[in-house]
Amino acid sequence: MIHSLFLINNAGDIFLEKHWKSVISRSVCDYFFEAQEKAMEPDNVPPVIRTPHHYLINIYRDKIFFVSVIQTEVPPLFVIEFLHRVAEMFQDYFGDCSEVAIKDNVVIVYELLEEMLDNGFPLATESNILKELIKPPTILRSMVNSITGSSNVGETLPTGQLSTVPWRRAGVKYTNNEAYFDVVEEIDAILDKSGTTVFAEIQGVIDACVKLSGMPDLTLSFMNPRLLDDVSFHPCVRFKRWESERVLSFIPPDGNFRLMSYHVNAQNLVAIPVYVRQNISFFESGSSGRLDITLGPKQTMGKTVECVVVTVHMPKVVLNANLTATQGNYTYDPVTKILVWDIGKLNQQKLPNLKGSLSLQSGAPKPEENPSLNIDLKIQQLAISGLKVNRLDMYGEKYKPFKGVKYVTKAGNHGHFVVTNWKLHNILASPFYV
Amino acid sequence: LHSQQYFWQITLRMNEDLKEMLESSKESLKLEAMKRVVGLIAKGKNASELFPAVVKNVANKNLELKKLVYVYLVRYAEEQQDLALLSISTFQRALKDPNQLIRASALRVLSSIRVPIIVPIMMLAIKEAASDLSPYVRKTAAHAIQKLYSLDADQKDHLIEVIEKLLKDKSTLVAGSVVMAFEEVCPDRIDLIHRNYRKLCNLLMDVEEWGQVVIISMLTRYARTQFISPWKEVGSSDEKAFYESDEEKRKSAEETKPYAMDPDHRLLLRSTKPLLQSRNTAVVMSVAQLYWHLAPKHEVNIITKSLVRLLRSHREVQYIVLQNIATMSIQRKGMFEPFMKSFYVRSTDATHIKTLKLEILTNLANEANISTVLREFQTYVKSQDKAFAAATIQAIGRCATNISEITDTCLNGLVLLLSNRDETVVAESVVVIRKLLQTQPSEHSDIIKHMAKLFDNITVPMARASILWLIGEYCEHVPKIAPDVLRKMAKTFHNEEDIVKLQTVSLAAKLYLTNSKQTKLLTQYILNLGKYDQNYDIRDRTRFIRQLIVPSERGGALSKYARRILLAPKPAPVLQSAFKDRDRFQLGTLSHTLNSKATGYLELSDWPPMAPDQSVRNVEVAEAVSRSTLAFDSDEGPKNGHSCEAGSRSGSGSGSSEESSSEASESDSESSSDSDSGTEQKKQSEAKPAQKVHVKPFLSCKLWCSVLAPSQVEEKPKKEVSLLDLDDFSPAAVTMTKSSILSPSVLSDLHGLSLAASSPAIQVCVSPVFVPVHTYELLHRMTGKGLAAQYHFSRQPCIYDDRMISVQLTFSNNGDHTLENIHISEKTSAGQNIHCFSPIECLEPEKSVTVSMGVDFNDSTQAASFQLCTKAEGFNVSIQPAVGELLLPVTMSEQDFSKEQGKLQGMNESSATIAMTPESITSQPLHRKVVNMANVGVVPSGQNNVHRFAAKLVSSGALVLVCVVQKDSGAQLTVNTEKTIIGSMLLRELQTVLSQGS
Repeated sequence: MIHSLFLINNAGDIFLEKHWKSVISRSVCDYFFEAQEKAMEPDNVPPVIRTPHHYLINIYRDKIFFVSVIQTEVPPLFVIEFLHRVAEMFQDYFGDCSEVAIKDNVVIVYELLEEMLDNGFPLATESNILKELIKPPTILRSMVNSITGSSNVGETLPTGQLSTVPWRRAGVKYTNNEAYFDVVEEIDAILDKSGTTVFAEIQGVIDACVKLSGMPDLTLSFMNPRLLDDVSFHPCVRFKRWESERVLSFIPPDGNFRLMSYHVNAQNLVAIPVYVRQNISFFESGSSGRLDITLGPKQTMGKTVECVVVTVHMPKVVLNANLTATQGNYTYDPVTKILVWDIGKLNQQKLPNLKGSLSLQSGAPKPEENPSLNIDLKIQQLAISGLKVNRLDMYGEKYKPFKGVKYVTKAGNHGHFVVTNWKLHNILASPFYV
Repeated sequence: LHSQQYFWQITLRMNEDLKEMLESSKESLKLEAMKRVVGLIAKGKNASELFPAVVKNVANKNLELKKLVYVYLVRYAEEQQDLALLSISTFQRALKDPNQLIRASALRVLSSIRVPIIVPIMMLAIKEAASDLSPYVRKTAAHAIQKLYSLDADQKDHLIEVIEKLLKDKSTLVAGSVVMAFEEVCPDRIDLIHRNYRKLCNLLMDVEEWGQVVIISMLTRYARTQFISPWKEVGSSDEKAFYESDEEKRKSAEETKPYAMDPDHRLLLRSTKPLLQSRNTAVVMSVAQLYWHLAPKHEVNIITKSLVRLLRSHREVQYIVLQNIATMSIQRKGMFEPFMKSFYVRSTDATHIKTLKLEILTNLANEANISTVLREFQTYVKSQDKAFAAATIQAIGRCATNISEITDTCLNGLVLLLSNRDETVVAESVVVIRKLLQTQPSEHSDIIKHMAKLFDNITVPMARASILWLIGEYCEHVPKIAPDVLRKMAKTFHNEEDIVKLQTVSLAAKLYLTNSKQTKLLTQYILNLGKYDQNYDIRDRTRFIRQLIVPSERGGALSKYARRILLAPKPAPVLQSAFKDRDRFQLGTLSHTLNSKATGYLELSDWPPMAPDQSVRNVEVAEAVSRSTLAFDSDEGPKNGHSCEAGSRSGSGSGSSEESSSEASESDSESSSDSDSGTEQKKQSEAKPAQKVHVKPFLSCKLWCSVLAPSQVEEKPKKEVSLLDLDDFSPAAVTMTKSSILSPSVLSDLHGLSLAASSPAIQVCVSPVFVPVHTYELLHRMTGKGLAAQYHFSRQPCIYDDRMISVQLTFSNNGDHTLENIHISEKTSAGQNIHCFSPIECLEPEKSVTVSMGVDFNDSTQAASFQLCTKAEGFNVSIQPAVGELLLPVTMSEQDFSKEQGKLQGMNESSATIAMTPESITSQPLHRKVVNMANVGVVPSGQNNVHRFAAKLVSSGALVLVCVVQKDSGAQLTVNTEKTIIGSMLLRELQTVLSQGS
């Protein structure tokens, strides 16, 4: 299956190579460089490249190209999914998946890659198993290691790989037993100029951080599971129970994992929490333009809208912007032509407004399309779909765990096309009752 | 200093230092050296000189050092074969290690050393490991098979033997790896799969993700060779599936031989379906392709949602999935049309993603949605990414040809684009307009005129050439403009691109033929220019055209036909998707992505015209089952095999007991989840009255054998109960007339199994909480002239029909002569279904016999009356059910209880307050009283003073919820059920019972 892996940075240096079968010369990457050159931008490099004797399947992540070499027919998604797992594993081990982190930990990286694939076929990709085999680096451990010469390789043998619950290691022990679940929802919406919703959908994930001793068997139930339209689960979730009872029943992996991702079937009922009045116009003569944007809260269910950031990709001819904001700060980067207006918290009484003039390149024709607005925002303690976790039960262990919700916010980076777009993240805040 | 920052201080003299360090006696130095060596390998630097120094450490005790040495060894063994042999004995020793993980890792490294000399050693090691007790070692053996095969293909036959052995393995750990080996070594040996087919299907859920992908794609190929096509007549089946069932019936009546899906085919579809919910995109895709290639057309739609979900994943995943959707959407628009908005292009999408989305939108466009699609396209045309804008214009062109209603609209829109500022957009529009005009040879002279006017401003060669061609082709429609354009071209000829020059020559020739008066001189001028052009193509063309239209004095036989040659009506170009023929490759494969056969691509065969022998998939019955099973059914063997396996697996699992029990219930309810296929199965069973009973749980299977084997085999109805479909497998399907031989415990076990499957959310208890001993009199011995009968509610789920209540009758002969032929003759009460006991041949004096019968009381307390007869006489008797006996206990969680209770408010709720005696305050007597009076299940409660009981009505299945909240001196009693009469009766009785002292 996967013959070799090359890690390549943006500058085109191959900084790591690993072969699982016979060695393949790194000159095979020349075909990749060729494609990279043709593509101009890293995102545009085709994921599958054909060369006379090999096929190169690559992913681009965290400014690194993971280029794998394939010799025979294999489902491309198989390889792509695996490469993303590798990247996630680096992230998990080193905190970030950067060139520096990989170079600093090259031995661990090599040990990991050795365990993850055998003869090109995935062997152990579960974080729990790998962490038993190869301990993640910590500052303390690397200091101790350098003094005593002890190793990163686990002394114990991995038990998970042999059990029927391969994602969980045996003999987990914590003094504080706790389980946290973060429900993170994202609205993806495209609005047209008049504010009508062209397209809106809600996607969510439940990320868990479970630190429980022994072999707990958890059951998580929702108040309104019917909301969930399409779901995908971590392999630990018993699908049959979900089918029949709509509860999540699982023996959790130890530590952080994504329990499920879901899509909410809301069609047009998606509540858009803010509204925008915008007017961006360019004058035919005088090489100038005007910009006027006002934001206001709408359908926020009594919660405060926070971290509001408006991003506008200006047309190339806009040289500079001379604006005044009633709230927050704005920056305009004349090189990337991106206007960013960081508003912060949205005030019900005094609506934030950004107004002023734009100066255009003189002589250039007036831009034909008005730029689109991307709005990033966050609402704490609210799942916009209305999804509510009912309760969490634990079986199989005697102790009483601490259960709860931790608030986590993540910014998405999907952009949109039409006149006005949003992106927001809402965090569920309903505390569990036990 | 950070121990791992050595990496950057590597010098050329390093190797010497490293050698010294490796040969030192200090462990820490050795480790440090090995880390540096691995760093070198990672950077792609040559470290082969160190081989002798490294290989000495292969037997080192330090685990990390050993692992790093392995890494080195595997990397360089091929180059240093002789030295590598030094390490072999270490691995051979480790292969015998008592620790399974050490054995496995030794085999892993040994098989990774690509040294041909050790092939026999590897072969031996693999064979031994294949029968290792540890599944992990066997898995490693499966991996090693491929390695050995790539090292020495001559070992194929031996390796196939090992594969065959490992395919029989029942461990989920091994399954994925061995199928992988099978695919690499002997993908054509489909005969090896037959006997393992059902096992693989059943194990699939529990195999690790990567193995699932491999198994699914192998099974897809397998199924295409073994089952007949479920796609009836190609083409018409699509539409017909949507019509009502009567339509379908008519259709099947027309067909002489209706299609019945092989149960194994169904099994595959069913066992892969849940995997659509996998987090692993490769698994989802492989299930999607399986459904696409194997499922009946109307079932394929279930994959849509999951595929659309994958579009929210990484860019690379999107790319592959969109490609597959593009192929699918050509054949089946309906599948993805509801999700059209998911294919709208976003400004941040990569170019190849945008193009694919455009492709799909174009495929999905039809009369109904074209306006939306076009509006979307309009935005794309304005995009800053001009290459994408150009692609959009091509897409508009394709929509215009596919949907004739909008051709004119599109043409007008494209003409408007001709005045766009961007030249790529204009050029593309011209090209597309040219194609459209060609497909629509009607009058469009105004558009041609418009284009001729724009001609001066257009600089893109392809666009200029297209306009020239258009003018030439339709020069008769624009007689005035055409010569003028030619005049202009004559002026600029030498500055034009080759493609434009060629078209100018063509234009000149065409005009010469139609309008030679005006253009004769111009044509000659252009031909002269062309004659001396630098490009030989143009010189050739010019020479040819000249000969054709202005024949020289000798010959020129062709010139007669010049007009017919040059102005022949030309076929319109077909604007079609680039994905049109992609479906010749299996979806989801690399070949499909590349649109050409990749090395090692395995063709998906066509469906066989006749179904191959089904029995090849049968497996010998597991030895644990008595031979009688065979008579019962030959097809249940594999099921047994599986359930044995399942049992042992959950038994050995390291999970707690809760875990295994919940897993068991999970597998029980497995089948019930999917009811749509259940109906399919029924249809099938009508069509094919084969005697097959597939029982999944091993236990029930054994029970059936012991229960049924002696006499009732031939009485078994000819009804096929499908694989895994326990919900279909209700006892009603197997009507047993002689039931007295069934012992109650067996009955309850049986029922527990089947009923648990029927409503898994709220499970019916396997056994009642409490069985009161109270018996009621049916017939007094005086009235019965010696025959006395008593009845008793056994509180067991009824075997005859799950809507019936089982009643145990005890007859005793108090008379002095033998009673013969005791039976029920006449069921007098209407609306009540009674399942009689089988007649009792004779009853000796002073003897008694117990039989059981089933009565469906229809959830009312109305008595069931019937005539009880002996040979001589008949007595009218009736069974009066207590309200508490109309119930079956159910178990549910406290939270389910409150949820259900919430649904049964208002009218459905009846409540009362009762004064309670102090001794009944503790929960135990209270529980006992309630369960004694009514057949309810106890819901575990978190509070001490709240007691909850749940049951369902036997006949209607309606829930009955009882809640007792104790207060200081009394209690609040609430009954919730939708059957209000039952509710109030129950309330009354409970009130009476609870207010009495214990």
